Amino acid sequence: MMTLKVNGQDNQIDADPDTPLLYVLRDDLKLNAAKFGCGLGQCGSCTVIVDGKAVLSCVTPLVLLKGKQVTTLEGLGTVSAPAPIQRAFMEEQAAQCGYCIAGMMMRAQALLLRNPKPTDAEIRAELQPNLCRCGTHMRILRAVHRAARLMDTADASANARSGQ
Amino acid sequence: MNAPVILDRRRVLQGGGALIVSFSLGRALAQEGSPAGAAPKRPGSLAVAPYLDSWLRIDADGRITAFTGKAELGQGFKTAFQQIAAEQLDVPFEAIHVVTADTQLTANEGYTAGSHSMQDSGTAILNAAAQVRELLIAQAAGRLGLAAENLRTENGAVIAPDGRRLTYGELVAADLLHVQAQPQSKLKDPASFKIMGHAVPRVDIPAKVTGGEAYVQDMRLSGMVHARVVRPPSYGAQLVECDSAAVERLPGVLKVVRDGNFLAVIANKEFQAIKAMNALAAAAKWKESQNLPKQDDLLNVLTGLPSQDSIIFERSDPSVSGQKTLEATYTRPYQSHGSIGPSCAVAHFVDDAMTVWTHTQGVYPDRQAIAEMLRMSPASVRLIHVEGSGCYGHNGADDVAADAALIARALPGRPVRVQWMREQEHAWEPFGPAMVTKLKASIDGGGRIADWNFAVWSNTHSMRPGNAGTLLAAQHMAQAFAVPPPKPLPLPEGGGDRNAIPLYTFANARVVHHFIAAMPLRISAMRGLGAYHNVFSIESFMDELAGLAGADPVEFRLRHLEDPRGRDVVEKAAQEFGWKQDRKPPPGRGYGFAFARYKNLAAYCAIASEVEVNSETGRARLLRAVAAVDSGQVVNPDGLTNQIEGAIMQSMSWTLYESVSFDDTRITSIDWQTYPILRFDAVPDRIDVHIINRPGQPFLGSGETGQGPAAASIANAIAHATGKRLRDLPLTRKRIKDAIDA
Repeated sequence: MMTLKVNGQDNQIDADPDTPLLYVLRDDLKLNAAKFGCGLGQCGSCTVIVDGKAVLSCVTPLVLLKGKQVTTLEGLGTVSAPAPIQRAFMEEQAAQCGYCIAGMMMRAQALLLRNPKPTDAEIRAELQPNLCRCGTHMRILRAVHRAARLMDTADASANARSGQ
Repeated sequence: MNAPVILDRRRVLQGGGALIVSFSLGRALAQEGSPAGAAPKRPGSLAVAPYLDSWLRIDADGRITAFTGKAELGQGFKTAFQQIAAEQLDVPFEAIHVVTADTQLTANEGYTAGSHSMQDSGTAILNAAAQVRELLIAQAAGRLGLAAENLRTENGAVIAPDGRRLTYGELVAADLLHVQAQPQSKLKDPASFKIMGHAVPRVDIPAKVTGGEAYVQDMRLSGMVHARVVRPPSYGAQLVECDSAAVERLPGVLKVVRDGNFLAVIANKEFQAIKAMNALAAAAKWKESQNLPKQDDLLNVLTGLPSQDSIIFERSDPSVSGQKTLEATYTRPYQSHGSIGPSCAVAHFVDDAMTVWTHTQGVYPDRQAIAEMLRMSPASVRLIHVEGSGCYGHNGADDVAADAALIARALPGRPVRVQWMREQEHAWEPFGPAMVTKLKASIDGGGRIADWNFAVWSNTHSMRPGNAGTLLAAQHMAQAFAVPPPKPLPLPEGGGDRNAIPLYTFANARVVHHFIAAMPLRISAMRGLGAYHNVFSIESFMDELAGLAGADPVEFRLRHLEDPRGRDVVEKAAQEFGWKQDRKPPPGRGYGFAFARYKNLAAYCAIASEVEVNSETGRARLLRAVAAVDSGQVVNPDGLTNQIEGAIMQSMSWTLYESVSFDDTRITSIDWQTYPILRFDAVPDRIDVHIINRPGQPFLGSGETGQGPAAASIANAIAHATGKRLRDLPLTRKRIKDAIDA
């Protein structure tokens, strides 16, 4: 039994310590967003955020996550209260089949957390590990740019409210 | 659904005077005419499922459901169908709920393939909705004692001039919609459209960007367990020994399933199943055979196999002859669908009935195949389509559905989820077939193509289910089902010869299809079928011939193109790209152009592109592409743009990078390292899609129209940039570098 913090909540996990995080998220915690794509760390569809950094959950064993904070796409927002990155992907209609999209969004989110105003080249370089087969790349790039603007506006209005 | 109640038409007609009114309604805006004297055909899939309530149902509380036998694959038609139904019924977009392919609920529309969804199912829903609206008006006319032409519809109700209002829910009686559709419908004037023709956000995207349950991979049924298959290491391998006792004792393992060469393991949790799969694979001993052809000699492999040859097009004008002649051979390797999510299915066997949730493209044909494999009656097998990762044709979807069914039968009462591993998807999916084309043409004194010879060698491009023998599980069982004999797909759509007949007009022309029955590698339908390579060949060769004639490539195409809608997309793409004769690109760059009408009967697409080639490394990068597309009446412009953008990006990946690799025994491209595809460093700076809308015209399927033109446009731009013509796909960095250095 191990305690794993996911989306701000502690969970008691009964799984072998070598179990990749992906299966804990999907199988034990019933979370959908992180996807099995390759199990080899080659495609990025399983990407989640661990302590602020994008991590490939299919090759990260449970044992390495003791005391860490895991964030999945579910932890960012909901359909009725979407996070800026989610709103941006909806507004840009940045999906076809969408299977890769959760991983794309989490990697983009990690980038925006450490670099709120990335250049186009920085976004492309960041997303290099993630594969999309439908060819939605142009929309994904536009959505990440839009998310950066939305987060900037959200920060500005939050600062205004708090009198900063 | 219970077996449909077959109502006698006369009884229906006698039963309600209102219905008679509807059947006599006008034909002014009918989408499809019919030749005089012939029995008029019902439009789209109404021809195969004529009852209106196969397509639309209205509940007493006013809820409206639209049904389609097609499967949403990420192409976005579920949203488009919702737009169509809402528009023609005069209800808000949100009032419609769309149910997709399910053998118990929807019509049998065969496969979701060939860019047919809008044309078949969209057209059926369009006409069914228009006719349902007329039935509701007629019903209201009867109730109100008013003439139908004095009534109008708005927001889900029929409204009389005096303001009286009857909602659809109030009007719809038991069997009102259980009538056969008429061949022609009173469609709304496109000028009045409020929902069709407008960009509507896709209904599936919110769940996909918030972690909602969106895919069959996300299903978690009560009591569900996980299974994994251990596939043979190569085609035809025989399982000679497998001691599974140790595997059965592993934590969580419920059962090892073995049937001949079919081997699988079921466990409580998913990672337990994967660990057990690895242990089982290690315990299995296989006898393999060295049957695969030489990967780097596909030209001679394919043209050396026995073929059935047919002349599929011939035109002769002895008064015209050429002066300068050119010959060229183009090749395409085997290529992978390469779905990002490996194929997955959930099956549940209860009380001798099998239910399978699957991302198959054809619930009915796959049900037929699975029922045959299980030796069950199709009536006791239900297939329900649930979205999966994009498939781009016949990938592992049907096979994993069969795997799940076979495994679930061994564990009655428990839903079983099976997902393939990455290396299984890459090694066992049916590939897009390799192809060879040989072209020869000559130019007359006036710079026109005087004669054109085109020959294509390829397999069938569909080994889709219908027969159990198409399914891996059925091929691997002890009482194995034989692979059915492959057949060429008939023209006009064709398979290996899809788009082999040029849309251009030449005085003399001859097109030959060499159909190869033997399939050294497992193959089936991949987006565009033969059109990808045939258009690549034709449009590359058109550029070569334009060079021979000293003509501009765009002008040279227009010189031979009579189809006015074809000319429109060519001119639109050229204009929006800024195409100019003799325009000099910056050093290291080239411009390319290509055009096709998919299958010569679906959407038109022209693509201009700018490519940069690094002469040191041979690396080619598409910088920008401008596409013009004519899909007839457009329903969701943003959805169409998304499809064309995707087609260009995917075709670019196929064209620059992709080929299946194998040795004499095994497939060796088994993951994304060994089968590299497009990554973000190769993504263009921009892609622009320009739609030529044709209000009131039939829908023309668009999902595959970009594949061929994108390939040739990029190849032509590379030739323009380097002065070297590459004719063997993929146009890899090494091949470009070798050509530059040659």
